[in-house]
Amino acid sequence: MLGVTVRRLAAALPTLVGVVIVTFLLTRALPGDPAAYFAGPAATQQAIAEIRAKLGLDQPLPVQFLDYVQDLLRGDLGLSITTGQPVLHELTTRLPASAELTLLGLLFAGSVGITLGVLAALKQNSWLDNLCRVVATLGVSLPTFFTGLLLIYVFYYLLGWAPAPLGRLDAFASPPPHVTGFYLIDSLLAGDLETFRSALAQIVLPAITLGIFAVAPIARITRGSMLAVMGSDFIRAARGHGLSGRTVVVAYALRNALLPVVTTLGMVFSFLLGANVLVEKVFAWPGIGSYAVEALIASDYAPVQGFVMTMGVLYVLLNLMIDLLYQVIDPRVRLEA
Amino acid sequence: MPHPKTDRRTLLKSGAGAAALSAVGIRNAEAQSRRETLLLISENPPNSTDIHGVGANRPAYEASWNLYDRLMTFGVKKDAAGNEMYDYNSLKPELAEEWNLTPTSVTFKLRRDAKFQDGTPVTAQDVKWSFDRAVTVGGFPTFQMRAGSLEKPEQFVAVDDHTFRIDFLRADKLTMPDLAVPVPVVINSGLAKRNATAQDPWAMDWLRSNPAGSGAYRLERWVPGQEMVFIRNEAWTQGPKPSLARVIWRIVPQSGNRRALLERGDADISFDLPPKDFQELQNARRLKIVSTPVENALQYIGMNCQKPPFNNVKVRQAVAFAVPYERIMEQALFGQGVPMFGGPADPAKIEWPQPGPFRTDLERAKALLTEAGYPNGFETKLSFALGLATINEPISLALAENLSRIGIRATINKVPGANWRNELLKKEMPLITNTFGGWLNYPDYFFYWAYHGQDAVFNTMSYKNPAMDALIDRSRFAASQGDYEAAVKGFVKLAWEDVPRIPLFQPYLNVAMQQSIQGYRYWFHRQLDYRTLSKTA
Amino acid sequence: MSATVASAPPKAGLLRHIRYVLGENPVTALAFGLFALLVFAAIFGPALVPYDPIAGAGPALQPPSAKHWFGTDSLGRDVFSRVVAATRLDLGMAFAAVAIVFVFGTLAGTAAGFFGGWWDRIIGRIADTLMAFPLFVLAMGIVAAVGNSVESIVIATAIVNFPIYARIARAEANIRRDAGFVEAARLSGFSEGRILLTEVAPNLLPIMMVQVSLTLGYAILNCAGLSFIGLGIRPPTPEWGIMVAEGASTIISGEWWIALFPGLALMLAVFTFNLLGDGLRDIVDPRKRT
Repeated sequence: MLGVTVRRLAAALPTLVGVVIVTFLLTRALPGDPAAYFAGPAATQQAIAEIRAKLGLDQPLPVQFLDYVQDLLRGDLGLSITTGQPVLHELTTRLPASAELTLLGLLFAGSVGITLGVLAALKQNSWLDNLCRVVATLGVSLPTFFTGLLLIYVFYYLLGWAPAPLGRLDAFASPPPHVTGFYLIDSLLAGDLETFRSALAQIVLPAITLGIFAVAPIARITRGSMLAVMGSDFIRAARGHGLSGRTVVVAYALRNALLPVVTTLGMVFSFLLGANVLVEKVFAWPGIGSYAVEALIASDYAPVQGFVMTMGVLYVLLNLMIDLLYQVIDPRVRLEA
Repeated sequence: MPHPKTDRRTLLKSGAGAAALSAVGIRNAEAQSRRETLLLISENPPNSTDIHGVGANRPAYEASWNLYDRLMTFGVKKDAAGNEMYDYNSLKPELAEEWNLTPTSVTFKLRRDAKFQDGTPVTAQDVKWSFDRAVTVGGFPTFQMRAGSLEKPEQFVAVDDHTFRIDFLRADKLTMPDLAVPVPVVINSGLAKRNATAQDPWAMDWLRSNPAGSGAYRLERWVPGQEMVFIRNEAWTQGPKPSLARVIWRIVPQSGNRRALLERGDADISFDLPPKDFQELQNARRLKIVSTPVENALQYIGMNCQKPPFNNVKVRQAVAFAVPYERIMEQALFGQGVPMFGGPADPAKIEWPQPGPFRTDLERAKALLTEAGYPNGFETKLSFALGLATINEPISLALAENLSRIGIRATINKVPGANWRNELLKKEMPLITNTFGGWLNYPDYFFYWAYHGQDAVFNTMSYKNPAMDALIDRSRFAASQGDYEAAVKGFVKLAWEDVPRIPLFQPYLNVAMQQSIQGYRYWFHRQLDYRTLSKTA
Repeated sequence: MSATVASAPPKAGLLRHIRYVLGENPVTALAFGLFALLVFAAIFGPALVPYDPIAGAGPALQPPSAKHWFGTDSLGRDVFSRVVAATRLDLGMAFAAVAIVFVFGTLAGTAAGFFGGWWDRIIGRIADTLMAFPLFVLAMGIVAAVGNSVESIVIATAIVNFPIYARIARAEANIRRDAGFVEAARLSGFSEGRILLTEVAPNLLPIMMVQVSLTLGYAILNCAGLSFIGLGIRPPTPEWGIMVAEGASTIISGEWWIALFPGLALMLAVFTFNLLGDGLRDIVDPRKRT
C-alpha cells in the first residue's frame, strides 16, 4: 500500500510541475501592473519603475520564475494586494469554508441523486424514469449564479425562511473555537448549539445551489449501476429464493451498486470545489473560490497563483485517495503505477 | 415595491420550534448590547489599518480614521437639507489642545491626558515620528502631505514632550487643512519601533494589521476580506464619548443582497448601493437616506487631446453637444446627482464644480463634426473602470447610442481592476468616462491636478495649454481675492472653450440607514465616522 | 462496445433505430424539437425580433406586457428582443469552442492512443495538467490574460474542454490500434499517419459526436458564467450571462424580469443540449445508455 502511494505520488509530480509552469505564465500574462497599483494613485512613471525594480518585475521571465519557485519551496506564496495578507495564511483559513460548503452540497446532491437514480432504475423507461432524467438534467442546466440569486430572492427576501446571505455566520455570532475549521463540527465540539444553528442556517442555501448542479451525474451513475446489478445473476437468484422486493433492493442491489457511486462522489467533490466559485460570490461565502475571483479581477497575481496551486495539489491528492479507496473497497482492482 | 415583511423572531418561534425558543433567553440578554452595536455593510473590504501602507485602499482609510487620532479635526455645520456635514472652515482640537499659527510656523500644544490604546502617553516625539514616516515612505501619504507643502522631516520639530512645531517651506493656504485629513495620523512610535526591522524601519509590515493609535475605537477582530470588528476605547478623551460600543463591518459583494439586508432590517447602514436603489428607498421612506453632493467632485467624459481625432477642438465640442445629458441623469443616475450642463458660457461664480454651457443638440454636433473634417464620423473606443460599472456602463451605453447618430461608432471597453490606473497613466485611451474629486475643497486644487500641463495622472485627457497653466498657477498663489476670482473664472471659461473633459454631473454621496441610526455626518473622505453615530431603541 | 461502433449498422437500420429511439423516448423527441427552435432563433431571430435589441425601445423598467413580452430593462430596451437576439451569440460561441476542441482534442487524443510512446506521454501530460486546474478559474485566467473579447471566451472554453476530448479519443483509438480494418490498411501499405487520419479518426466520429452535444451544454454555461462576472462580452451586445448579471441587482427591487428571462433561456439551451446528448448516445450506442 505504501509502495503504491509513493509510486502514485511520483507519477503525479510532472502534473504538479506543469501546474506550476502554467500558473506562472498565466498570471504573468494578465494585464495590469502590480507596480502601478503599489505606487498609488498619483504616481509618476518613474516611481512605478522604481517599485517594479523593487518587486523584481523588471527581471527577465526565467529569473522571475526561479524566484517564484524558490519562494514556493519555502512555502511563501506571497502577499495579496487587495487584502494585504499573506496568501498562504488566507488560503488555509478560507479552505475549510469552501470544503464545508462543498461537502454539504455533495451530501445534498448524493441523497437526492441516489434516490432519483434508484427510482429510475427500479421503474426503467417508465414516466418516473423520464421524470427523474428531466429533473436531474434541469439541475445540471441551471447556471449556479442564477439559481443562487433566485433562491436568495425567494427564501430570504420574500419568505424570510433563510437568514441573510452574510457568509458563514449571522453577524452577531462569533466563530466557534478553531479545531477543524468546519463551523458545524467545531460548534458541536464546543457544545454551542446556538452557533451550530446559525452556521447550519447560513449554509443551507449555498449548499443546495451547489448541490443541484451535481445531482445529475450522481443520479446517472446510480441508475446505470443499479440496472447492471439488478440484471446480475445473484439478484435474480435472490428474487428466485423468494426474498421481498424491498429486501433485495436495499440489502443487496443498492449495496453493490454504490461502489461506483462512491468513487464518482470523489470526482464530483473535486469538480464542485472548483465550480463553487460563482456560488461563493453570490452568497458572500468566504471561501477560496471567491478569493480567487476577486483577485483575478483585480489583477492580483499572488492569490491567483496560490489558489490554482492549492487546487492542483488537492486534485492530485484526492485522485490518489480515490484510487486507494477503490483498492480497499474492491480488491479485484489492481493499480498500475 | 411591496413585499411581505415577516418578523423573523415570530417566524423562528413558530417555524424552528424548541431550538429557537431556548435561544430566546440568550437573545434577550444580547438585546441591550445590540442597541450599542452597529452592523455596517459594504462592497469592498479594507486591506490595511495603516493609511500610510503601500496600496492601502479607501475602506482602509475608514479603519484608520476610527482607530487613530490626528492633531486637529474639522468642525461641523448643517448643509442645505439640514444634515450634518464637516465644516471646512473650522479646525477643532483632537490630539492638540491648542495651536499658535504664525506666517512661518505653527506650534501645537498636545493634550496631556491623551494615551495610546496600550496606555502609553501620546508625546510630540510620536507626532514627529508619524509625520516623518508620512513624508518618507512614498506613494499616496507622501503625495498628500506634499499637497500641503509638508515635504521634509526637518520641518517637524518635537520641542518638548507636549509641544510640536511645524516649520513652513512656503506660505500655503492648504497646509493647515491638510493636517486634518486622514493621512497625518499619530502613531505609537515606541510600539511601532519595537516591531520594526532593519529592512522595514517604519514597521510597514507590522502596522498593516496591528493598529497602534490612540483612536476612539480599537480593533477587536479582523478577518481580511470578510469582516472587521471595532470596540469602543473606554479611555478615549479626545472628544465626547462615542455612543456605539461595537461596530461590526461585514463585506457583502452583491449589491442586491446589501439592499435586501437593509430593507429587512438585518443591517444598519451602507453607502454602497446603486443609484436606482437609493432613489427607490428614498421614495419608500422606510429607511433613512442622506444624500450629499460630493464636494469638488465631477463625473466627466474625457477625450485624449494629444491624438486624433480628439486633438481637434471641434470634434471635442461635437461630442459635448452629442451627450444625452437628461437621459444620463434619468437612466444612469436616477436623479442621484447635481446636473453640470446647460449653464452660461461665461462662468458667473467661482464655485466648483459648476454647470458647463453644453446641452444635447445633435444638429449642432453633426455640423461641428463636419466642420472638423469628419462628415462621416469615425470609429473609437469608449473606456471605463469595470469596478465602477454600475454608473459608468449605462452612461457609456447612452453616450454610444447618441454618438452613433452623428456617425461616431464607439465600442465599449471595460477595463478591469488594477489595470484601470495603469491605462490612465499610459494616457492612450481616446475616450473615457470617469470621476475625479479632491479632498481639499478649492477649484484651483481640482484644476491643478486635472487640467494642468504638468500632466498628472488625473489629467486623464493629457490636456496641455500654457494659457491654462498660467491661470492655474496665478490662482494658487494669488495675492488678493479679486485676482484669485479673476483667475478662477478665467480657467473655468477656458475649460469650457477647449472642452478636454465634458462635465456631466456632481455625484452624490448617498447613505442608507435604519431610522434608529442618529448622528451621521458627511466627511470629505466619504468614509464613516463611528464616533458620532448612535442607535435609538 | 467497440464492436458496435466498428461495424456500424447499415443506413436503413440506423434510421429505423433513430425512429425507434425517438418513439420510445419522448424526452429525446422533445430535445430535438427544442434544438430546432434554438437553431431557428439563432438564424432568424435577430431579423424577426420586434425591437432593436441594442437601442432603447420604450420607457425603462416596464414589467412584461402585450407590447413588451418580457418587459424592458433599465435602459428601456426590449428584453424579449434581447433574449432572442442573444441566441446567435451564445450558441455561436459554444459551437465555435466545441468545434475547435473537437478537431484538436480528437486529433491529439487519437494520436496519443494510436501511436503511443512519446505522443501519448506528452499529450497525456498536457491533459493531466489542464485537468488539475479548477476549470472555471482556468477559463477566467485565460480570458483575462488573452484579452477581453468574444474570441478569448471561445478559446478558453475550448482549452478547458480539451482533456475530456483527448482522453476519450485516446481510449477509443487505443482499442482500435490493432483492429481488423487497421491491419488491413497496414497490409495495403498505408503509412501510420494516413491510417490515423483516414481510418481511425473517422471511426471515432460517432462517439465524439455524442461528446460534442454533451459538452455544448457545459460550453454555454461556461461562456455565460464568464460574461456574468464581466469578462469577454462588451455591452450593449445582447448575451444571456451578461443580461442575468445586469438584472441581478434589480431582482431585489422587484424588476425580476430582467434577469429571469435570459436566465431561463440559458437554462433551456443547456437543458436541450444535455437531453440531446443523452438521446444521441442512445442512438449511437444503445448499450451505453445509463
